[in-house]
Amino acid sequence: MSAAIEVRVAAVRQLTPVVREFTFEAVQGQLPGFSSGSHVVVHMPLGERSLRNAYSLLGDPADRQRYRIAVRLQDESRGGSRFMHEQVKVGDRLQLSPPANLFAPSSQARHHLLFAGGIGITPFLSYLPELQGRAASFSLHYAFRGGLTDAYLDNLQASLGARLHSYDAEAGSFLDLAALLGDQPLGTHVYVCGPQSLIAAVREQAAQLGWPASRVHWEVFAAPEPGQPFVVQLARSGRAIEVGGDFSLLEALEQAGVEVPSLCRGGVCGQCATAYLDGAVEHRDAFLSAAERSTTLMPCVSRGRCGSALLLDL
Amino acid sequence: MPVTFKPLESYRDDFSYRNSAQAIRRFPFPFPEDSYMYSVNIEPATPREPGSIFAHWFDIDEHYLSEMAERGIVLEKDPERCLVMPHMAPAAWDTLEMLMEHLAADYPEHFELQRDGDQWRWVNRPLGIEQRFTFGDPASLPCEPLEYITRQAQGDFALLDQRDGNLFMDAGMVTCPADWSIKFDAGMSFTQWHAPVPMAHQLGVFERALKYLLNIQVDHPVRRLNWTMTVNPRMDTSSETFHEWGHERSQVTAANVARMVHLRVELQFMPRLPRSNALLFGIRTYLISLEELASNPAWACRLHRVLRDLPDAITDYKGLTLYRQTVVDWLSQYDPEVVAA
Repeated sequence: MSAAIEVRVAAVRQLTPVVREFTFEAVQGQLPGFSSGSHVVVHMPLGERSLRNAYSLLGDPADRQRYRIAVRLQDESRGGSRFMHEQVKVGDRLQLSPPANLFAPSSQARHHLLFAGGIGITPFLSYLPELQGRAASFSLHYAFRGGLTDAYLDNLQASLGARLHSYDAEAGSFLDLAALLGDQPLGTHVYVCGPQSLIAAVREQAAQLGWPASRVHWEVFAAPEPGQPFVVQLARSGRAIEVGGDFSLLEALEQAGVEVPSLCRGGVCGQCATAYLDGAVEHRDAFLSAAERSTTLMPCVSRGRCGSALLLDL
Repeated sequence: MPVTFKPLESYRDDFSYRNSAQAIRRFPFPFPEDSYMYSVNIEPATPREPGSIFAHWFDIDEHYLSEMAERGIVLEKDPERCLVMPHMAPAAWDTLEMLMEHLAADYPEHFELQRDGDQWRWVNRPLGIEQRFTFGDPASLPCEPLEYITRQAQGDFALLDQRDGNLFMDAGMVTCPADWSIKFDAGMSFTQWHAPVPMAHQLGVFERALKYLLNIQVDHPVRRLNWTMTVNPRMDTSSETFHEWGHERSQVTAANVARMVHLRVELQFMPRLPRSNALLFGIRTYLISLEELASNPAWACRLHRVLRDLPDAITDYKGLTLYRQTVVDWLSQYDPEVVAA
């Protein structure tokens, strides 16, 4: 597990009624550098439990002085986004896991086609300085609800001009994925970040139109889906840990002081893959093969089944 | 303790390269047991004992001046040993920044870095360099930034672009490779350039290593040791110059083996390049003659057992087949089990 970085909240801005932006500075020394598309994991002390949510770094990677993230208040918040919105003030100190990048722009793309849904705009904000800096060909399609999830729209309009295409659902304007994905230059890579429904729609449409999967990049930041409570047993230490319905297995392990290396915390990167010896598993990751799933699970998203004790090789 | 540099020695022609007693003491003997098999021997590159080769991210030792002169000779003959594909320019600047930051912090008596925004001043005292330049502007340096900085740092450097769940060798400075070529491997994926290695694929070594490397995070580098053997202390055993060194493997005799044959150990060091998301693959090479190595009899005994029992496929792949027996015979004098028999 990588050592956490301690940061001070240098600024807080309310961008829309549901989106709040935070600027962090290092408490000691210099912040680690980051690349376009990187995220950090914010550790949030919530009373007796501690949540860790991943947020894209949305500043210019050339700026080594500060990190910026934007947090959307989730309607069904497990407490993370509510904590960020209601508790965190300028001057507070927070722990971050260092930057990791699972959503980098491809060096091979002839054209970058970016799809953002609402708060999914954030990773692309760190793409833009790089794409503009190397005079890359790109277009950004930003779908939102006007006045609610349209953070950074004014800035984007000013800096991107015709390369920005905006779609305000409140005004009845929607993405036409079939048209957009059906007419792109050879060598285009497509990137999508936003709600699960948008990601699924882009991936499905691209697949139908014959896009190679290696040219379709997606990143989802969502709290792990809740499930039924279950009990996990650790084979080596003999400990038994109860996992509540709105806890992920990974969070429950961390809460119990068992550190498992993790990066994306969303079932994608494979870093937290853990061997299990017995029990029925509800696999929810997008990483392990069917064969691997017979012995391995990803505790960031996957769960034991209710009523069946899960035995981990930990 | 400050590093002191030996006067120029050669890695070719008269081969005047030698290790001091201190260099022998800090030599990275790579065998934790009496036998060798491929494994994912990657560990977090946590700094270890001061003075050891693991103390800093980039090790500078007594051979610094000689190794930099040798790099100059190779580049003079073959400038394409340094290559940077256009999309790797940001990774080249990342590498320059990382090397300058760490060298200046770890060896302040030799290197100095001052930064004012993008206006930088770099001082390399051993090589007599003082350079003012604009970070990000290649025209402000005497040559391309990767070449500029790696002419001042020991070891080879490959820069790997990360995409499609793999790593691609799209840039590098490679003047002291152990029988490979940056020009041949350029543009290949991790999977492709490891294709010729025997046995390791069946063990799943590369699949696991690749997963590990793809997830390396900023400021959390990893390292591993690799090894082979080289006849004469020759740094440049690249595919391009095979005609200059390949035949030397048939010149090893019982009379010259101790001085002629060298254990060649690579300290591979892999940090994430923060701004480009590329992976730096540093290959720092250490050479030690059998005679020098045998000043530590425990090493000689262990190397005897490792080489004696090394599978033929690995022996062949490492190019040791012609002279392995001569080496094993010479080393056997240090193995108490053999001596007693």
